[in-house]
Amino acid sequence: MAFPDSDIISTVEFNHTGELLATGDKGGRVVIFQREQESKNQPHRRGEYNVYSTFQSHEPEFDYLKSLEIEEKINKIRWLPQQNAAYFLLSTNDKTVKLWKVSERDKRPEGYNLKDEDGRLRDPSMITMLRVPVLRPMDLMVEATPRRVFANAHTYHINSISVNSDYETYMSADDLRINLWNFEITNQSFNIVDIKPANMEELTEVITAAEFHPHHCNTFVYSSSKGTIRLCDMRASALCDRHSKFFEEPEDPSNRSFFSEIISSISDVKFSHSGRYIMTRDYLTVKVWDLNMENRPIETYQVHDYLRSKLCSLYENDCIFDKFECVWNGSDSVIMTGSYNNFFRMFDRNTKRDVTLEASRENSKPRAILKPRKVCVGGKRRKDEISVDSLDFSKKILHTAWHPSENIIAVAATNNLYIFQDKVN
Amino acid sequence: MGEEEGLHQTQLLDTMFVRGLKRKCFDGEEDIEGTLAGFKAIPSYNLQRQSLLDMSLVKLQLCHMLVEPNLCRSVLIANTVRQIQEEMTQDGTWQMINTQSAGQTSLDRLVSTDILCRSSKEQAEGKLVPVYSTFAKDCEGTQSQDNSEIMSTVTSPQVPRNLQSNMWEMENPQENRGNFQKSLDQIFETLENKSPNTVEDLFSEVDNSYYDLDTVLTGMMSNTKMGHCDLETFPSQTSANSNSNCKSDLNELDHIVEILVES
Repeated sequence: MAFPDSDIISTVEFNHTGELLATGDKGGRVVIFQREQESKNQPHRRGEYNVYSTFQSHEPEFDYLKSLEIEEKINKIRWLPQQNAAYFLLSTNDKTVKLWKVSERDKRPEGYNLKDEDGRLRDPSMITMLRVPVLRPMDLMVEATPRRVFANAHTYHINSISVNSDYETYMSADDLRINLWNFEITNQSFNIVDIKPANMEELTEVITAAEFHPHHCNTFVYSSSKGTIRLCDMRASALCDRHSKFFEEPEDPSNRSFFSEIISSISDVKFSHSGRYIMTRDYLTVKVWDLNMENRPIETYQVHDYLRSKLCSLYENDCIFDKFECVWNGSDSVIMTGSYNNFFRMFDRNTKRDVTLEASRENSKPRAILKPRKVCVGGKRRKDEISVDSLDFSKKILHTAWHPSENIIAVAATNNLYIFQDKVN
Repeated sequence: MGEEEGLHQTQLLDTMFVRGLKRKCFDGEEDIEGTLAGFKAIPSYNLQRQSLLDMSLVKLQLCHMLVEPNLCRSVLIANTVRQIQEEMTQDGTWQMINTQSAGQTSLDRLVSTDILCRSSKEQAEGKLVPVYSTFAKDCEGTQSQDNSEIMSTVTSPQVPRNLQSNMWEMENPQENRGNFQKSLDQIFETLENKSPNTVEDLFSEVDNSYYDLDTVLTGMMSNTKMGHCDLETFPSQTSANSNSNCKSDLNELDHIVEILVES
């Protein structure tokens, strides 16, 4: 089935209450879904998500000096915590971050003195009395307005944005630098990490993801293409080029190949809600690290180890460079990440059980229970299993999100968004 | 190399590279039949490694042709290339390949790739013309051939190193503000459309003073570690003409290259 490239979903994010779910796509659009209020009349509808607002966040640009196109694809969306009736989110493409305000309008003032209902100015001589305009209900309108545009601060492609717990600042990270912004100031940002070598010939490592600590506003982490994570404290110095902690797992010499470095490159890093752990995703695994132990992760989960023997093919078709994201559930007990063939995986950290599920139209009718899937590696394939060679590598689930407090997940499968909920008993 | 053959080869590579095994041991009589068949099917490790090196170099080459290459991907591929080179140097196979030096025409190709990514300063020294002549040949339809030649001859120790440095320079647009290569790319892209020339449109939006070498170098010096860079406001000023359709006739190339070299 053909669909335009611009419909490919490039980011998914719940807001802090889980009431709203935002998606960004390759065409620069943001679509926000809102959860229906649960009603006693229709208990089975149990909070479905419906489209709340759609707007064009970024447009394609052309940089004439460098003769380069700047893609409008939304790389990341991050919500700000709600402080009044309006919702605020940050959305970014490769170069520019924007702060959007999404607000509702369900009343409008009527009874102006100087203009009539159509907006035309009234003849002043005809005005004989003074009245106060009254707010009358109108059809609900949701409008999105760009409140700030943070531009011209990144030479390289922005891969991450993260709102600080102080709610006054946020950071944006590109391949070589991380900048700190104040929400109120758009023409300035502070550079807090710079790993660009003086001589670009010596470049061997780039920044792949970055995130602020959920509670400590001075602490953040960033991951690299060499499989390392650095934790930095902004109180130590203005330029955080020297890390406070350095997380790296020693390499397993028996597993060494020409692709070792590529598959160790971290594509996503996420703090747990508790702030005690970080989770990293590299090509084949998800790892959980304790902030207090730098020399190795405390847990390692195999996402699709059957691909280990296919690395050369995956290098040739570029799949080895796919950047998968990973997410925690609200209680930090389950972690989830995507794979190929529209499969996604969940790992229960306590029971050590894992499951593979599929996001596809054929397999998910509304309210149907998802059936666990299995990939068979050996020769004998059981009935419901799928063999490694039959996997569709064009169907990749790179972006997923988990509701902050309930068992509701959002899974982006190319141009489709799937929302799954726990079954109601 | 047909697509199917290529696929077959990478599947074999998969087997070879699983655990970084260097050699297969063909002892054990029971396995002789199987291993002999296997021996025929699996090319030597060196050949496979060379193939991986070639594949990587092609990927890096493609990086050059894309508009704004993914830096992470480029770095990872370059590191892989370096890894292979290091191993080949230790093995001594590097020496072997070195002696099979490229012929005259291949050298042209090497030179052309090299110049592709030079900094503005080097280009200003008047080395543009060779690029143009090589590109003209490409446009005459020998492109695929060129690629394979580049692939097989770019194994001399000199070029890969240059490739890497040149690649980063390419991806460091700040320092290459006066990089004419990008303009050339733009021109050649439009060669497919043969309509009345609007060469003037091509350059009308460009502030020529920016291509002044002094301005570029000064810009480089003053670009301190700030998050905000004034120089980058330029794109926003010129982005108004986002729909400019630059069409150029093949005959205009001489004229265009002259302009670039002069400014």
